[in-house]
Amino acid sequence: MADKRLTLDELVGELSSGMTIGIGGWGSRRKPMAAVRAILRSDLTDLTVVSYGGPDVGLLCAAGKVAKVVYGFVTLDSIPTDPHFKVARQTGAVESMELDEGMFYLGLLAASQRVPFLPTRAGLGSDVMVVNPSLRTVVSPYEDGEELVAVPALRLDAALVHVNRADAKGSGQILGPDPFFDDLFLGAAERRFVTTERFVDTDRFASEGALQTLCISRLLTDGVVETEGGAHFTACVPDYPRDEAFQKEYVAAAGDPDAWSAFTERFLAVDEAAYQVAVGQATTERAARTAAERAASGQGGRP
Amino acid sequence: MSAPSSGPGSSGESGVTRAEYCAVACAEVFRGDGEVMASAFGTAPALGARLARLTFAPDLVLTDGDAALVAGVPALGADPSGLLLESHMPYRRVFDTVWSGRRNLIMMASQIDRTGNQNISAIGDWARPKVQLIGVRGAPGNTVNHSTSYWVPAHSTRSFVEQVDVVSGVGYARAEAAGPSATRFHEIRRVVSNLGVFDFETPDHAMRLRSVHPGVSVDEVTEATGFALVVPPDVPETRQPTPEELELLRTVLDPRGLRDREVRP
Repeated sequence: MADKRLTLDELVGELSSGMTIGIGGWGSRRKPMAAVRAILRSDLTDLTVVSYGGPDVGLLCAAGKVAKVVYGFVTLDSIPTDPHFKVARQTGAVESMELDEGMFYLGLLAASQRVPFLPTRAGLGSDVMVVNPSLRTVVSPYEDGEELVAVPALRLDAALVHVNRADAKGSGQILGPDPFFDDLFLGAAERRFVTTERFVDTDRFASEGALQTLCISRLLTDGVVETEGGAHFTACVPDYPRDEAFQKEYVAAAGDPDAWSAFTERFLAVDEAAYQVAVGQATTERAARTAAERAASGQGGRP
Repeated sequence: MSAPSSGPGSSGESGVTRAEYCAVACAEVFRGDGEVMASAFGTAPALGARLARLTFAPDLVLTDGDAALVAGVPALGADPSGLLLESHMPYRRVFDTVWSGRRNLIMMASQIDRTGNQNISAIGDWARPKVQLIGVRGAPGNTVNHSTSYWVPAHSTRSFVEQVDVVSGVGYARAEAAGPSATRFHEIRRVVSNLGVFDFETPDHAMRLRSVHPGVSVDEVTEATGFALVVPPDVPETRQPTPEELELLRTVLDPRGLRDREVRP
């Protein structure tokens, strides 16, 4: 049976400039960030990114990798907007297709099912229909005659998703409460890649979680990469929550060119192993700073 | 009667804060609802949904804000690990619920206009916005599938505008222009702001001042609104919380007083 294990570099080697790439997760939750960071280090460019957007979109925009973003929102959850995506939109640096988030789901579902569109009420009357002049409506062929939005299939050249556990044959296990739409990103794509916190032998799946956590079948995957902490700084429960302190530093650094160069040099110009080490060091430094501030305010503060 | 002004924040001897009137006004959005999923964004709406569930809308279904429905009625900011869950509600099932119509929602609005269009997408021209906001999210689909209301904690001519910049949530005129499939399940029930309560119960579905919160004058509301509101000759005050409601708000649902951080007393 096929062994689908890859390295991050091998995964990125399967991608090419100009591709339409779907990225799983939702907002700042269970994003395949290690794969995104690997793209940042590559010479890939001119990508169309299809995402329930979070810092994946912001980072790719900041690195000049993106020609177009297809999204319903871009958010960091605990912080409403991503600073780099804001700049990209406000300076006209990227082309955009903004959809209702339910339309987005139907677009992935249509692509997965190999039909050209799926109908919905969502979008009718809104500016989604105005700012995307390519969108069409369809009239029900039945006696109701309802006119509905025909959400076009969102076909992807490649999809990247991050899961809690996977085996070498490419089955994935999502242990958090929401699988989001990761199976549909994979279903909509030509080339399908899963990154995982940890490889396990297939016979270990049952002890990790109930059957319904095994929601990514190997029918949906071409390659799988083990990358512990691979969703950092987004949430990857139950393995780890969002690193809120790091996310705040990401946002703060984005607002200042010098701080952003320093952030890039420390966290993004290095490989994944060095990234994880740098994150650990940053956490330790932050804890030391907090302790020092507490001590200072306790001893030197006004009565 | 026109409401007299009696100082900001509270209405004299009752000691009820503005935030508490807002929470009660949000609760009223769910009156008459049976077994529907109540989704509420913002502090006053979250309190309102829970208050309604504990009082006059006992069949309401509440979410944990993540991927589950909760059986009980947790306080704001309660530790999520302690919640009693009754059903799985991942995003895919949220869409099923939205499209089935079994949902009543209070969303926030960065801009809202005279006929009930809402904007959370961008300020300025969509193609190259002055300020990029979060994106339309589910607002287009929500508004044409189930009752939707809005919460605006800072009522001003910047938030209540003649015409929103990007129609995210669909208002009455836009739904009508889009045809019967858009109007079939469309209802913008209320807008609640820190100044008053608004609805669209007018012949042409133009926004109407339904009540002013005690301590707010009609003039204050019209001056803070960037379009001509429909103002009836007699504008009532937003109703007082009952003693039971005040007790629930203060000791059960929001003992930490988060409501007063969103709308200052």
